[in-house]
Amino acid sequence: MPINYYITLALCLFSIGVVGVLTRRNAIIVFMCIELMLNAVNLLLVAFSKMHHIAKGATAVTGTDGQLFVFFIMVVAAAEVSVGLAIIVMMYRNVHSININFLNRLKH
Amino acid sequence: MKNVLDIVYLIPLLPLIGCLINGLGRKSLSKGAVGVIGSGVILVSFLISLWAFFQVHAGNTHTTEYFPFINVGNLKIPFAFRIDQLSAIWLLIITGVGFLIHVYSTAYMHDEESGQYGKYFAYLNLFVFSMLLLVMGANFVIMFIGWEGVGLCSYLLIGFWFKRDEYARAANKAFIMNRIGDLAFLIALFMLINKVGTTTFSDIFTSSTLAKFSTKELTTITLLLFVGATGKSAQIPLYTWLPDAMAGPTPVSALIHAATMVTAGIYMIARCNLMFSMAPQTLNVIAIIGIATALLAASIALKQNDIKKVLAYSTVSQLGYMFLAIGSGAYVAAVFHVMTHAFFKALLFLGSGSVIHAMGGEQDMRKMGGLSKYMKITNITFLLGCLAIAGIPGFSGFFSKDEILAGAFAKSPLLYALGLIGALMTAFYMFRLYATTFKGSFRGTHEQEHHLHESPAAITIPLIILAILSVVGGFIGIPEFMVQGAHSLANFLDPVFKDSYALLPAHEASHSTEWMLAGISSVLVIGVVAFAWNKFSKKPDLQETTGLGKVLENKWYVDELYDTVIVKPINALGSFLNNVFDKKIVDGIVNGVGRLVSYGSRQLRWLQSGQTGAYILMMVLGMVLIFVVQFFLRK
Repeated sequence: MPINYYITLALCLFSIGVVGVLTRRNAIIVFMCIELMLNAVNLLLVAFSKMHHIAKGATAVTGTDGQLFVFFIMVVAAAEVSVGLAIIVMMYRNVHSININFLNRLKH
Repeated sequence: MKNVLDIVYLIPLLPLIGCLINGLGRKSLSKGAVGVIGSGVILVSFLISLWAFFQVHAGNTHTTEYFPFINVGNLKIPFAFRIDQLSAIWLLIITGVGFLIHVYSTAYMHDEESGQYGKYFAYLNLFVFSMLLLVMGANFVIMFIGWEGVGLCSYLLIGFWFKRDEYARAANKAFIMNRIGDLAFLIALFMLINKVGTTTFSDIFTSSTLAKFSTKELTTITLLLFVGATGKSAQIPLYTWLPDAMAGPTPVSALIHAATMVTAGIYMIARCNLMFSMAPQTLNVIAIIGIATALLAASIALKQNDIKKVLAYSTVSQLGYMFLAIGSGAYVAAVFHVMTHAFFKALLFLGSGSVIHAMGGEQDMRKMGGLSKYMKITNITFLLGCLAIAGIPGFSGFFSKDEILAGAFAKSPLLYALGLIGALMTAFYMFRLYATTFKGSFRGTHEQEHHLHESPAAITIPLIILAILSVVGGFIGIPEFMVQGAHSLANFLDPVFKDSYALLPAHEASHSTEWMLAGISSVLVIGVVAFAWNKFSKKPDLQETTGLGKVLENKWYVDELYDTVIVKPINALGSFLNNVFDKKIVDGIVNGVGRLVSYGSRQLRWLQSGQTGAYILMMVLGMVLIFVVQFFLRK
């Protein structure tokens, strides 16, 4: 399958994520959109990595760095989500809302 | 102590010490102590000066270097005093007349409160100190210290009663006018240093050093020095401060504005006589300015009614004569006139002070008259002073003025004719003053008449001494054409001026001509004196004046002219710069920057909305922008 398809798919997913982050007010949806962007990037990394691997010759051990990166990103994302969800829970306890526009106190 | 010339530093040091004691102790010292200290130091200075004078007379001139004053690169200016014939004469005048005026002041200023009294004597001593520094300095820099010092002291003393606004303004005027002259002096000084690298008189005034200068440079420097002298010695165009300086106490007028400070310009030029003799154009300018000042001031004096104003303009006029003498190359005549003028003008000022004292502060002579009945000593001494200044034969003014006129005649008969007119005006206004004040009947209030009295001994004794000097002072300069070799002043000063004589064109008028000139002026002067005496002792000049008289009474409107031409435009420029340039442009720029920053930040503030979404949007837009630039725009 040509690499273009992967790129287009990743672009679409990433854009959906961006638009979601920008437009939605619900903190959980914003989080999900961030995940979407991360995964779009992961997808791209895997795809480029595979493409590299083929270009170097299928037997070569090198060219898998991108796939390794993806694992790191997944781990970090999981950690981030857990922290983020904890924040959202705390926020809900405090203000009884998860609308991110409530979180404008830094302005003052 | 082998030689008195080793202790000449005491001459200026003692008045300085007197100034410090009186100035610092003015709160605690009694008036008597202040008077004794103030006058005593001057008396001791006078005695040392007298001693030094006899040493100089015996032929010992002396320059002493005390310590290096300024050492910069190749320029070495020592703090040095020079005692020679010229400075010895000035020392005698300053300390001698100065002492008499100090004694006089102890009585005249006695009504001042104690602190003011001490301050007054401190200023007076400081003034004498500065003047002594001026004449004793062996180089231009030391001279300049004294030059500035007398300017400062005259400011302090003119504004002594500074609580009255007009007096404070008169003090400012004197100081500013002097500063204008000082600036020219300073520029001349820098040019000299630049050219020859020294300021010491004995190094500069040698033919080999002066040969380094081109005529143009010499003319420039001497003209600048002369401008400096016009400031100090009250010549056109900087003379207007002197009449206003009459705001100070009367002894101050006598000391500063008649006997000593105003002669600083003459002294300086006499000191630099060789340089001036090498610049004939400058001498012409000096002669013209001198005669113009003499005539202008004399014409103003004709119509003044304030007794001190008449004397003030008379001083300006007599200074004009001294400059005329210098311009004609008759340096000895100038020095001679400085000396006789110091005697009779100090006498006249002190006499007028005695009159003012008796009149309880009244200075308008239209309200006086008939004072000869009440004040015998003042009357007689004042009359002798008037006779001396008018140039009646036998009195001191006759010899010095005649010598000046003879010098002027040798330069140009026109100068002589103008000088003679000035001399006649002098005789006229002096006897107008005398007759209006002392003759006729008393015109003041009854209370004033009751109060009239002769002044105390501290006032009359200086008057008597000065009167004697005014009468006999001329006999040290009996002209050559009367008695061969009897001009002892000229003989005494010969070493100072002999190099100049070699340069100047010889102009010996024949003795018969000089007899004739002296005869003409004597006859005319006596005639004018008799006329003025008759005219004013019977019917004083009381009515309002019109026409030319009014112009003269208003001093040719010179003050108004200066006001319109110089002061007002400068004030207008100042207020323009203040109101428009400073407030609009300078403040505009400064405030504008501030306002721009605060306006800009108020606008930028809207970016920080606190909306997370807006922040992210901007982040995304920024990233998109970076991508676009990175991938599409960058080559």
